Amino acid sequence: MTDLIQEIEQQEYIINMGPQHPSTHGVLRLVLSLKGEIVKNVEPHCGYIHRGIEKMCEKLTYQQIIHLTDRLDYLSAHINNAAVCLLVEKALGIEVPERVKYIRTIIDELTRIASHQLWWCSFGMDLGGLTCFFYGLRDREHILDIFEETTGGRLIQSYYTPGGLMKDIHPNFQKRVKDFIKYFRKILPEYDQLLTGNVIMQARSKGIGKLSLEDAISFGATGPSGRGSGFACDVRKLHPYHLYDKVNFKEILYQEGDTFARYKVRMDEMWESMSIIEQLIDNIPEGDFTAKMKPIIKLPEGEYYQRVEAARGEFGVYILSKGDKYPYRVKFRSPNFSNLSILNTIVPGQKIADLVAIGGSLDYVIPDIDR
Amino acid sequence: MNNEELKQTILSILPSAVFEENTQFLTIQIPADQIHDFAKKIKESETISFDYLFCLTGIDYGDSLGVIYHLRSTKYRHEIVVKIKTSDRETPAVDTVCDIYKTAEFHEREIFDLFGIKFNHHPDLRRILLDESWEGHPLRKDYIDEVNIVER
Amino acid sequence: MDLNIYDFTSFTKWIDTSLHEMMSPFWVTACEMTIIGVAILAFYAVVGLYLVYAERKICGFMQNRVGPNRVGPFGFFQTIADLIKLLIKELVIIKNADKFLFNIAPFIIIITSFLAIAAIPFAKGLHAMDFNIGVLYVMAVSSMGVIGILLAGWSSNNKYSLIGAMRSGAQIVSYELSVGLSLITMVILAGSMQLSAIVDGQAHGWFIFKGHIPAFIAFIIFIIAGTAETNRGPFDLAEAESELTAGFHTEYSGIKFAFFFLAEYMNMFIIASIAATVFWGGWQPLWISGWDSFNHVMAWIPPFIWYISKTAVVIFIMMWFKWTFPRLRIDQLLTLEWKYLLPINLFNVLLMAFIVLKGWHF
Repeated sequence: MTDLIQEIEQQEYIINMGPQHPSTHGVLRLVLSLKGEIVKNVEPHCGYIHRGIEKMCEKLTYQQIIHLTDRLDYLSAHINNAAVCLLVEKALGIEVPERVKYIRTIIDELTRIASHQLWWCSFGMDLGGLTCFFYGLRDREHILDIFEETTGGRLIQSYYTPGGLMKDIHPNFQKRVKDFIKYFRKILPEYDQLLTGNVIMQARSKGIGKLSLEDAISFGATGPSGRGSGFACDVRKLHPYHLYDKVNFKEILYQEGDTFARYKVRMDEMWESMSIIEQLIDNIPEGDFTAKMKPIIKLPEGEYYQRVEAARGEFGVYILSKGDKYPYRVKFRSPNFSNLSILNTIVPGQKIADLVAIGGSLDYVIPDIDR
Repeated sequence: MNNEELKQTILSILPSAVFEENTQFLTIQIPADQIHDFAKKIKESETISFDYLFCLTGIDYGDSLGVIYHLRSTKYRHEIVVKIKTSDRETPAVDTVCDIYKTAEFHEREIFDLFGIKFNHHPDLRRILLDESWEGHPLRKDYIDEVNIVER
Repeated sequence: MDLNIYDFTSFTKWIDTSLHEMMSPFWVTACEMTIIGVAILAFYAVVGLYLVYAERKICGFMQNRVGPNRVGPFGFFQTIADLIKLLIKELVIIKNADKFLFNIAPFIIIITSFLAIAAIPFAKGLHAMDFNIGVLYVMAVSSMGVIGILLAGWSSNNKYSLIGAMRSGAQIVSYELSVGLSLITMVILAGSMQLSAIVDGQAHGWFIFKGHIPAFIAFIIFIIAGTAETNRGPFDLAEAESELTAGFHTEYSGIKFAFFFLAEYMNMFIIASIAATVFWGGWQPLWISGWDSFNHVMAWIPPFIWYISKTAVVIFIMMWFKWTFPRLRIDQLLTLEWKYLLPINLFNVLLMAFIVLKGWHF
C-alpha cells in the first residue's frame, strides 16, 4: 500500500501551456510538470514559427536580407535592420553621413521605447491589471504614427539600407518627436503609479525568478533580463555604434536578479532613451540621407560579426562571405533564444502564477527564438 | 590584454592552435577533439577568463562541417573566435561544451537540428526548431527539398 | 389601491386582501409565492443584464475607450444581443464528463444566488422573506454556491478546470469567515439578525457612522472579503484568463455559461446589497441629527432609490478594484485571509462588543 502511495506521489502532473495561450506571448509551447501548484520542470518547445530565415538569406542580396531581419524580433525592427546595415558598411569601409547617424540613433531609441511600452502593457495584463494594456498601447500609438509618417510602416519598416536610409525623414519628424517626448515624460510617472508601486504587483515580482550573475553570463542572457542580474552587457556602452559614444546616458544595472529588478531595468531604460533622444533631436545636421552605394553589393571574402543592442538583448549578425553578391552563411544571434534557455533554471520551485510573471519579465518575442 | 599577449597565452594552453590572418577578432583553428578541454581551460584561466559564449554557429564548408565559437571575457573585455572542423559528413560528432557554457545547450541542439552534427555527452540532443519527424538537415549545402524549397 | 412609494406595506396588504377575497388560503399562498418568484426572477434578469452592461461601460471608460456603443443608444441593448447569442449557441457535450453533475452545476449556482436575493429588503415593505435570522440565512445560502463551482470544475474532466475549481473552493471557504465575522460585528451593534430590524435601527444614523471605528474596519474587511467571495477583482484567479484559460467554466458553452456569468454579477450585487443594508442604512435616507431641513429633503427621495444608489456605489467600487489591481497569487490570497484579515476581524468583534457594552456608540 505504501508503495502505491509513493508511486502516486511521484507521478508528475503534466500540463501543457500550449502554443496557443494568452500569456506565452506567441507560439511557444511550455510543458510543465507540476506537483500541486509548484512547477518542477519547464520544457520549452519552440519552432512553431521557424521560417528558415538563415537558409533564405543564402539566396538573397544584402539589401534583401534587411527585410527579413525586420521579421525576427519585430518589436525592435529598426535595430535589427541597423545590425545588417552596419555590418555591410563596415565591411565595405563606407562612412555614412552624420545626418544618417543622428536619425538612426533617434529612431532606434524610439523603437526601444515602443518595445518597452508593449512589454509593460503585456506584463500588466499577465499579472491581471488589464487596464495597463490599454494605457501602454495608447501611448505606443504616438510612436507608431511618427514611424508611419516617415517610413510608411507601423510595425515593420525596413527603413535603413546599407549606406544610409531609404528616404529622408518627413519634415514633421522633429516636431512630432519633441511633442511625443514632452507627452511621454508626463505619462511615465503614471505607469509607476499604476503598476510599479502597487503592493500586489511587488508581492508577485519581488524575489521571484532569481537569476544569478554567473548564470546570466553562462546562459548568455543579455539585455534587460541580464542587466537585472548585474551583467553589464549593454552593447551601446561596450561596443558603441551610431552615436552612442557621443551622448550621455547611464547603463541601468540592478543586482537582485528577480522579476522586479528586470521590471525596473526596463522602466529606467525608457527614461534613458528619452534623454538620448532629447540630446539629439535638435541637432540633426543637414546633409545627404545616404552615402553613394553601388546597386550590387558584394562583400569582400571573409567573416564579419556585428552586434547591436536590441530591446531584448544583444542581437548579432555573423556573415561568412565568399565574395559573391549573396552571403555564404548568415547566422543571427538572437537574444531571445539565449533568454529562453534560462527558463528551466529560474522557474522550478515556484508556482504557475510565478511562471507567468517570469515569462512576462523576460519579454519573449517568439519569432526571434525560432527565426 | 591585446592580441599578441592573447596569442602567447593561447599557444601556451594549446600549442596546436592555428591562427588566422586578417580577421575581425582573433581567430584560431583547433583540432575538433580538443574543444572541450580547451574551452574549459580558457574559461577557468585567471589571466584570460573567457566566460561569455555569445555566438555558437554551425557552418557547412562544402567538403566539411564546422562549428564556430565566439567567446568574450566579461572581466578583461577581449574576444576570441574558436573554429573546429570535421570532415566526416556522414556522422559528424564533436564534444559538447554545455557543461562549461550553459547557453550551449540550446545552441548545440539547433546545430544538430540544422546541420546534423552530433554533440557527445549532451544531456538532451534532439531537434529544437524542426519537428521530431523531420528528415534531413536543412542548412547543409547539399540539402534537397523538392516540396518546400523553391530554387531560382 | 394605495401605491405609496414610501411604504409598500399598504400595497402588499392590498394584494393580500384582494387575493383572500378571491380564493382559498392555500391558493392565496401559492399565488403570492408565484408573484414573488416572478418578480424576483424579473428583477434578477434585468439587473443582471444591466450590470454586465455597466461593467463593460465602466471598464471601457477606465481603459480610455468607449465600451459598447453600437447596439441601441449608447450600446444599451448590447447585453440583450449577447444574451440572444448565448441562448442560440450550441451546447457542447463533453465526451468523458460526468453528465449529471456537469448539467446540474450551473443550476446550483443560480439557485443559491436567487435564494439570497429573496431575503434582501429593497424598500419599506418590499421584503420577500423576513426571517429573524436574516443575516445568517443570507450567509448560509450564498456559501452553497461553492458547491456549484467545485462540481463544475470536477465534472468537466479537464485539468485546467480542476485546478481552477480547487483554487476557487479554497478561496471561497476561507473568505466566508471574514464576511461572516464582519457581519457579526454589525449584528452586535444592531442587536438583531433580522434584516428589517437592522434597517429600522438605522433610521437615526447609518451603522457605519454609529459604530465609528469598528464599523468602519468591518466595512473595509467586508468589501475585501466580499470581492474575494464572488471571485472578482484582484481575487479572480479561478477564472484568470491569462493563466488557465477560463478556469472552472472553460468547458461550458451557451446558456450554461450564461448562468455562471450571470451568477457572478448577481453575487456581486448581493454582496453590495448586504453592504448597503447592514453598513449604509439599506433603504433609509441619510439622517444627521439637528439638520431638520436637510433630513426632510433626504427623506423626500423614495427609499427604493436610496437602496439602489447605495448598492450602485458599492458595485462601482468593486468594479474599480477589478480594473485597477493586478491579480493575487493563490498563496498570497490565502495568507491575506488567514494571517491578516482573520485576526483583525476577531479583534474587531471584541472591540465592537466592548463598545456596545459600554454604550460608546452614537
